[in-house]
Amino acid sequence: MTAEALICSDRDLYLPQPATVVSKTVLTATETLFEIRLDSGEELKHMPGQFVEVTVPGVGEAPISVSSSPDRKDGFELVVRRAGRVTSAMHDRRCGEKLGIRGPFGTHYPVDGVMRGRDIVFIAGGIGLAPLRSAIHWVLNHRQDYGKVTVLYGTKSPAERLFLDELSDWSCRPDVTFMETVDRADANWKGNVGVITKLIPTAGIDAARTVVAACGPPIMYKFVIVSLYAIDVMDESIYVSLERRMKCGIGKCGHCQINGLYACTDGPVFNHADILRVQEAI
Amino acid sequence: MSPKKLSLPTMNDWVAALIREHRVFGPQAKGDRFAYDLLGCAADLRLDHDVTILPPRKYLMPPTEVLITFTRSGKFESVMEGEPLVLFGVHPYDVAAIAQMDRYFTQDHADSHYLARRKKVTIVACDVQSASENVFAACMGTATVPDGFDVLLTLVGETYVVESRTAAGDALLALAGVLEDADAVSLGRREQLWMDAQKLLRRQNLRCRVEDLPGLLDRSYEHPAWRQKSELCFSCGSCVMVCPSCFCFDVQDEVGWDLVSGERRRQWDGCLLTQFACVAGGHNFRRLREERYRHRFYRKGKYLHDRCGFVACVGCGRCAAACTSGIASPVALYNSLLEDQ
Ligand SMILES: Cc1cc2nc3c(=O)[nH]c(=O)nc-3n(C[C@H](O)[C@H](O)[C@H](O)COP(=O)(O)OP(=O)(O)OC[C@H]3O[C@@H](n4cnc5c(N)ncnc54)[C@H](O)[C@@H]3O)c2cc1C
Ligand code: SF4
Ligand code: SF4
Ligand code: FES
Repeated sequence: MTAEALICSDRDLYLPQPATVVSKTVLTATETLFEIRLDSGEELKHMPGQFVEVTVPGVGEAPISVSSSPDRKDGFELVVRRAGRVTSAMHDRRCGEKLGIRGPFGTHYPVDGVMRGRDIVFIAGGIGLAPLRSAIHWVLNHRQDYGKVTVLYGTKSPAERLFLDELSDWSCRPDVTFMETVDRADANWKGNVGVITKLIPTAGIDAARTVVAACGPPIMYKFVIVSLYAIDVMDESIYVSLERRMKCGIGKCGHCQINGLYACTDGPVFNHADILRVQEAI
Repeated sequence: MSPKKLSLPTMNDWVAALIREHRVFGPQAKGDRFAYDLLGCAADLRLDHDVTILPPRKYLMPPTEVLITFTRSGKFESVMEGEPLVLFGVHPYDVAAIAQMDRYFTQDHADSHYLARRKKVTIVACDVQSASENVFAACMGTATVPDGFDVLLTLVGETYVVESRTAAGDALLALAGVLEDADAVSLGRREQLWMDAQKLLRRQNLRCRVEDLPGLLDRSYEHPAWRQKSELCFSCGSCVMVCPSCFCFDVQDEVGWDLVSGERRRQWDGCLLTQFACVAGGHNFRRLREERYRHRFYRKGKYLHDRCGFVACVGCGRCAAACTSGIASPVALYNSLLEDQ
């Protein structure tokens, strides 16, 4: 064993930090927004697109993307969809109750890198808005650092739309182009109906100046990428977030592999050029 | 320490002395096969074993181990398990696999739980005396190993040549008393034995070099062999559970009887098992047997190679022996990929 290995072995990357549920806001029938604070009083220090491993003690751990901007210093936010054992147990946690947090883990949308100075197009499908919201808030908080900002949002139905106040805020802002669509309308829906790709040709995207940050289900990426190609957006300008089963978050358990890539450490945010020839990616 | 000579009676006394002082685990007969277990007496040690059912990996990464304890009210504590132990009689291919594990668990993010165990293990390696029917270690470059052990034993005729490489090895060897330096004849016979091992441990023959495997896989993603062979796969996971170079794990919480506190454990998991890449809502990223079967060979032959610099197969042949369908052998698979090149 090398000396180097012996030294860096002191930190236990599997040990969660105690944290407290500060507030809960019901967003939809299945999604709830959690405001969480680390009991140490420290900031999470994440970047937009990164995730944490959330422990409900006695139930287990689940990877959840951070939904708030790093600018927010007082705790952080997670949007959790009730999907199974751990996520349901999270929904059952009351304010003041304890969780465990590991992370932040993984790669992020390059808001501090290639996105600066460029036009930004956010493309969110369903709960994909939750992770993207961290980047959207960041970009809007540092608005002068970016060119034109466009947010495209698609959900299955109006009932599944998240953050209604923020959506209407974005649609009112003169410095944001906001467009949305639903797959199936209900009686009260007056907006676009159809898949999200329909928004792309009409959004006034200047391909040469644009970086796309997308988050949604794999099927959305398939179609979105074809539509982006149609308006000449290059692979290098497209960032997507990929979800896989995760157990460790640190490249050891093997669960999250996408061919040779680890979704937990090489991702979850990938540049599309890097996954073009990765068969299991999209 | 320079290589020493160890007569068979001295060897026996040394093992007995080690057993008195340390927890020593070594290969022992289990029916007509062999398995690592705690040694009660020197006579139980079978250095003539061909291969053990499970590799010594189980002492470095047990089938299940505690990572942390927690209380429902949100207190978390690390648990670093692992007590000092001696692994005695480890074959070179298994020594090579342990070196791979060391690399895997220290690279990028060091895994403190693995290291807590690893630091307390002393390895007494032993050159192979009888080859198992499925072995192809010589094809993988692991018939003999130049390092990765504390002590190396080699049987040359009626005596052992013993060589310590570390302070921990020296300390073990001190229990053997004063030993004669190995003479030139014994050392010469050891060299010869190492050369012979290249033939002995090639009972199955891989028809390419180990360094050609990542490239071969690069060209073979759509090869019909994946489908053909995997049609017989039960997704039982035996091939990965017996493998010294498979490290994947699952993590589960267990609540204690008091319903207040509990343990988070990790246990062996395998990419051949149906649920391995399954997420909430039932979506399975490797739904087809063919995809899982192929992933095992790619992870071992290419992905880990690209990341950590080794092919995660040491040619022990355990998977081939464990698979009731007869499709797990890497040699057979790679050779069939080679046929159509
Ligand atoms: C990088 C990343 C970011 C995510 N961000 C969010 C988010 O912001 N909000 C949100 O609601 N969900 C998010 N998810 C999905 C969320 O992690 C799963 O819904 C959750 O793990 C399901 O666990 P469960 O115990 O409730 O479900 P169960 O179905 O009871 O879990 C069964 C088993 O599968 C595993 N598992 C199931 N689905 C997943 C999955 N998608 N990823 C990893 N492991 C899984 C669990 O660990 C568990 O062992 C994200 C997933 C990833 C990988
Ligand atoms: S290859 Fe053989 S041992 Fe491996 S999972 Fe399939 S049937 Fe089981
Ligand atoms: S893949 Fe098979 S032959 Fe290779 S190290 Fe693992 S068990 Fe041994
Ligand atoms: S989550 Fe364990 S390797 Fe990525």
